Amino acid sequence: MGKTLFDKLWEKHVIAGKPGEPQLIYIDLHLVHEVTSPQAFEGLRVNHRHVRRPERTFATMDHNVPTKDIFNIKDAISLKQIETLKKNCDEFGIRLAEIGSEEQGIVHVIGPQLGLTQPGQTVVCGDSHTATHGAFGSIAFGIGTSEVEHVLATQAIWQLKPKTMGIHLHGNLQKGVSAKDIIMALIATYGVDFGTGYALEFYGDTVDRLSMENRMSICNMAIEGGAKMGMMKPDQTTFEYVTGRKYAPKKMDEAIEYWQQFYTDDPTDYDKVLDFDVSELAPYVSWGTNPSMSVPVSGSLPDIADMNFQRAYDYMGLKPHMAASAIPIQWIFIGSCTNGRLADLQEAARVMKGHHLAKNVTAWIVPGSRTVKNDAEKLGLDKIFKDAGCEWRDPGCSACLAMNPDKIPAGIHCASTTNRNFEGRQGKDARTHLASPAMVAAAGIHGHFVDIRQKEVI
Amino acid sequence: MEAITVHTGTTIPLMNNNIDTDQIIPKQFLKNILKIGYGKHLFHDWRFLDDGSPDPSFILNHPERQGATVLISGENFGCGSSREHAAWALKDWGFKIIIAGSYSDIFFMNCTKNGVLPIILPLDARKKIATISPEEKITVDLPQQFVECNGEKFNFKIDSTWKQKFINGTDDIDITLNYSDKISKFENSMPSFS
Ligand code: SF4
Repeated sequence: MGKTLFDKLWEKHVIAGKPGEPQLIYIDLHLVHEVTSPQAFEGLRVNHRHVRRPERTFATMDHNVPTKDIFNIKDAISLKQIETLKKNCDEFGIRLAEIGSEEQGIVHVIGPQLGLTQPGQTVVCGDSHTATHGAFGSIAFGIGTSEVEHVLATQAIWQLKPKTMGIHLHGNLQKGVSAKDIIMALIATYGVDFGTGYALEFYGDTVDRLSMENRMSICNMAIEGGAKMGMMKPDQTTFEYVTGRKYAPKKMDEAIEYWQQFYTDDPTDYDKVLDFDVSELAPYVSWGTNPSMSVPVSGSLPDIADMNFQRAYDYMGLKPHMAASAIPIQWIFIGSCTNGRLADLQEAARVMKGHHLAKNVTAWIVPGSRTVKNDAEKLGLDKIFKDAGCEWRDPGCSACLAMNPDKIPAGIHCASTTNRNFEGRQGKDARTHLASPAMVAAAGIHGHFVDIRQKEVI
Repeated sequence: MEAITVHTGTTIPLMNNNIDTDQIIPKQFLKNILKIGYGKHLFHDWRFLDDGSPDPSFILNHPERQGATVLISGENFGCGSSREHAAWALKDWGFKIIIAGSYSDIFFMNCTKNGVLPIILPLDARKKIATISPEEKITVDLPQQFVECNGEKFNFKIDSTWKQKFINGTDDIDITLNYSDKISKFENSMPSFS
């Protein structure tokens, strides 16, 4: 009996505890943001505790920051959270990429970008989309604030080892179909809780061919399928991505040699395997109020199966059996930790180039980090977006969760490259439709969804 | 953390599946830097009308349900965002026990840190509990691992470590600090490529 990638990573990090019971796991990298950390630092202070290994924690500001006029935070409580994080980082000696700095951005974008995220690690953050970092071949999961405090104080965490599920992705994607469509299709097929209690590993020839950016988009949404973590084995693509980044290992050759031990010996080693052929996959769009309520853009909306569907239809103002492409789009949002990286913006810009937004469509483009923004501008992407009528903003979470002033108005249908279409997620009574960057860009041009596999539409 | 052993209280059923933490406590209330005071915002968007007044049709606002301590719900309770504010808000409102079909992993862990006991029971048991009158009390016996409702007993499973934590109300960090030497030893054995 061999071992899975997850088993090997887990074993390397167990400090104490027996299998079958919660075990104490060492944490290599702890990422922190302003919303889920203040109570943790306060807890340390009250109990006269210190941060065990400050150099293993890195903080940034993303959820609450404005993406326009960034130094003028009007919401007094947001400002307080941002100031509190700065004060806490100063007091406890933690590195901080603060608002306006070159390194600031969405926590799951900057970790990989700075080379903080590396294969073979355990990564935690007070944020459920920490699963993103699993794309590097690491155990990465979201934790609550009490656990943030626990990791600050001890650099370790008690966890019950989850089961493992291998998701075999094979086949070539059709042109116009992306990594985002793979994960949306998986969740639409297997539901929002198929991964509960499991660590997911995505593997197969499809994964081998994906770029790191695309791999991250898939692992990012593992949580939308109920799994705390999603991962992929590190390979040449991973090593090349990490090489040369600011906080990458100095002895890169030795590191790569170490990382190469992390792979699953044989698919029979997983507790469960799902097989998924992506070759016939269409681009997906969500119609309802959780990510499993999604359909191929070439399809139509489903019957009302139960009270949850009825509620979703009422909220979204849509009817069963209408064509997915008939959903009217009045707003588009491109950004977030799912699709706010340079490659995502390039995808969207490729579609938008030379076109203009449909009448009455508003568009916000929010780069995932300051570096993404600068790099995009070097490539002239900002100009393509602005020429098309879009607003080019500063980095942050923005309308992905609408904690800052970036809110989608009530009743508006917004095509969004984000990961959650929950009621009120993008603003009270806002109607979110999840899709890939290229699909969202095309929806902005047409004022409704279109199947971008058909050449004539773009 | 407050200990839980045997608890008796009244109930509130909210039987939808997939109740996410965005619904339990919407993001506009996450800006606080304290752990308390979230109860008044629990289920905010379902609980209040557009003009800010309580929606009388929502069960949390029913006068006869005030003081309930046990929440009965559907599958995959607490999915979505990792915000511990969801557990804080449930606790602050007065809930001590949740009985659902399943939980998201992160929400479950957050409950274990805050003395909110997440119990798993099958749908038929939850359906029975969901239909009792607002005044009727149920008993949750954690040491014996059963819920008693209307003279009927429903057994539940719980990992023995979490069970002891609830019963003793222990602080995790204190426990882990006892492992400091082991953690140091581990750190000394780690590979370094810097
Ligand atoms: S971009 Fe959205 S999902 Fe990602 S960390 Fe920010 S709020 Fe969370």
